[in-house]
Amino acid sequence: MKQIKVLGSGCRNCVNTAKLITDKAEALGVAVEIEKVTDMATIMSYGVMSTPGVVIDGVVVHAGGVPAPAAVEGWLRG
Amino acid sequence: MFVIFTHLADWLVFTQLGLAHGTKFSDALHFFVEDVSKIFVLLTVIIFVVGMLRTLMTPERLRHALAGRRRGPAYGLAGLLGAVTPFCSCSAVPLFIGLLEAGVPMGVTMTFLITSPMVNEVAVVMLLALLGWKLTALYFGTGMVVGIVGGLLIDALGLERYVEDYVWKIRMGQVAELAADLSLKGRMAYGWLQVREILGRVWLYVLIGIGVGAGLHGYVPADFFLRHAGPDNPFAVPLAVLAGVPLYSNAAGMIPIVEALLGKGLPVGTVLALMMSVTALSLPEMMILRKVLKLPMLAFFAAYLAIAFMVVGYLFNFILG
Repeated sequence: MKQIKVLGSGCRNCVNTAKLITDKAEALGVAVEIEKVTDMATIMSYGVMSTPGVVIDGVVVHAGGVPAPAAVEGWLRG
Repeated sequence: MFVIFTHLADWLVFTQLGLAHGTKFSDALHFFVEDVSKIFVLLTVIIFVVGMLRTLMTPERLRHALAGRRRGPAYGLAGLLGAVTPFCSCSAVPLFIGLLEAGVPMGVTMTFLITSPMVNEVAVVMLLALLGWKLTALYFGTGMVVGIVGGLLIDALGLERYVEDYVWKIRMGQVAELAADLSLKGRMAYGWLQVREILGRVWLYVLIGIGVGAGLHGYVPADFFLRHAGPDNPFAVPLAVLAGVPLYSNAAGMIPIVEALLGKGLPVGTVLALMMSVTALSLPEMMILRKVLKLPMLAFFAAYLAIAFMVVGYLFNFILG
């Protein structure tokens, strides 16, 4: 089970990012637990300044903008 | 170079639809078709090219570039970085906190936040294409000056004390340096991603802007604005700034309106004041900044921008009038 956190204040890009990851995980049959983090202090504690950011199992893999679908697939497979 | 879009509009409106020249409707439709095709083609190309070049410019690097710099150069640098950094107002809060936490002075941070929505590559290239380099240089220059003077004032007045207290308590983690794919293929993929994301965000503003511009162009009598907001009306500039407050659009959506208003003979200063007010001084932006700024600071921010835009408006009306 991958623990995935989507960091963002709730803007549309953040919602889209969470949805993209959910959809990809479902398509690939990968078990994930997705959590949306909206608390600014927590977001900043990951060192991310541009939202949305993506954290997988405690590691920041993306910051700023909706990630590319291919990149999401890479994280889920990796 | 852009004549092709005029031909396209000619062909569609007059040849295909068979509308007569010179009616209000055909004028408006012609403006709409020409601007929609021209602006969307331009936007796609600009965002793609700039996206490819910008693979290296992330907010995390911006923070690095501004931290620990001597104050003097930092204001200018913040203004320039504001112009080239991709910025969406939903990122304003983490960016603001991240810069302050790195020890960047409040004023330098605010310089960045003022210039970023006002001056950007999309606005610059569209102004260049539609209205020529003189107006572009004027807009770019004044945007920079307004941002830098605002930042200097904020520091001189010690307005740092009006930052919300919780902001100072936030400690940032190790800043994530993400490896970017810098191969040509990676850069192109990033460029397309930017096109999709930015167009996805701005297309509606642009369409509405062009629609309003087309309506103004076709239906508003040529002397309407001259009579009400022309050079003889001393209140035209403050009115333009006030009109911009409840309205919000990004620079790309505002440019077709600017084009139509200038076409109706409105003075350049009045139109620039309106454009700056619409893009940089808006209620939604203020609500976002309220999360990190206390009310007195926010009030100062709004008042400063309003006054600065009026000064810009009067100045250019005077110089160019």
